[in-house]
Amino acid sequence: MSPVWASVLGVGAATIVLKATGPVVLGRRELPSWLAGPVSLLAPAVLAAFVVTQAVGGDREIVADARLVGLGAGAIAVALRAPILAVVVVAAAAAALTRLLT
Amino acid sequence: MKSRFLEGARMIAPVGVAAFLFALSFGVLARAAGMGLAAPLVMSATTFAGSAQFAVASVLGSAGSAGAAIAAAVMLNARYAPIGISIAPAFHGSLPRRLLQSQLIVDETWAMTIRRKGGFDLQVLLGAGAVLYICWNLGTALGLILGNVINDPNDLGLDAAFAALFLALLVPQLRGRREVTAALLGGGIALALIPFVPAGVPIIAGAAGSLVGWMRG
Repeated sequence: MSPVWASVLGVGAATIVLKATGPVVLGRRELPSWLAGPVSLLAPAVLAAFVVTQAVGGDREIVADARLVGLGAGAIAVALRAPILAVVVVAAAAAALTRLLT
Repeated sequence: MKSRFLEGARMIAPVGVAAFLFALSFGVLARAAGMGLAAPLVMSATTFAGSAQFAVASVLGSAGSAGAAIAAAVMLNARYAPIGISIAPAFHGSLPRRLLQSQLIVDETWAMTIRRKGGFDLQVLLGAGAVLYICWNLGTALGLILGNVINDPNDLGLDAAFAALFLALLVPQLRGRREVTAALLGGGIALALIPFVPAGVPIIAGAAGSLVGWMRG
């Protein structure tokens, strides 16, 4: 199986199970607190890791290029509470423009 | 029963527009990441969770392995276990029915349903979830069509768009000191590991930031 399909099917199956855990499996029981605490912090930790790898990640090296300009422009859009699509478009445009000019 | 289903559908409508556009960007970026046409469609239909889907596209687009993509996405979707548990008492009926209905739990439908005046109502969740599900899948399809006309995605700055997108998803998560600590550690660990490990692994390692953030927060 290609990595794309393996990922799509693996993530799909895992997500279906995660969403069903409460309503189907656990019912009214709660997650133990030692597990619930770190789980609540997974999203910020992993999303921050994605911001970094997507912005400066290269082939086993840190690369500073037009992506940083795009991320900076996107950060301004986020600070101005722009909708997500606007953030994406602003970041892409800033990076594309930087590549065009350099 | 039907009126409360429609109430949920009406309440979520503005979010539906946003979800449609969000899914549209997933379609474009998934195409740019080389995921083809069918796989992103199947993913939106089965996973139905934004950040995890972008995570998979990001890891695969940077030549990471399927294992790394799955691990990153599962960590992002782990929150659905506690979220599902918090509204589990509202679900009734047979196991297959509850299994299907639980798939309409996403951040937005959950938040709207628990904030609703008059208490939590499963029909409201289902009405809202149905609207978002349709918007999400239509948006993905349109994004894939748009993405098809793009030659070199990086010429258009789509790699930078990925980074900004994850930032836009991260910022609303930073509600307190623990969240900020976890994010700084997650980002720092990932940055430190980029030169030494294959793509995707820095993200999985970054998840350790959540453990330390919890112990020290």
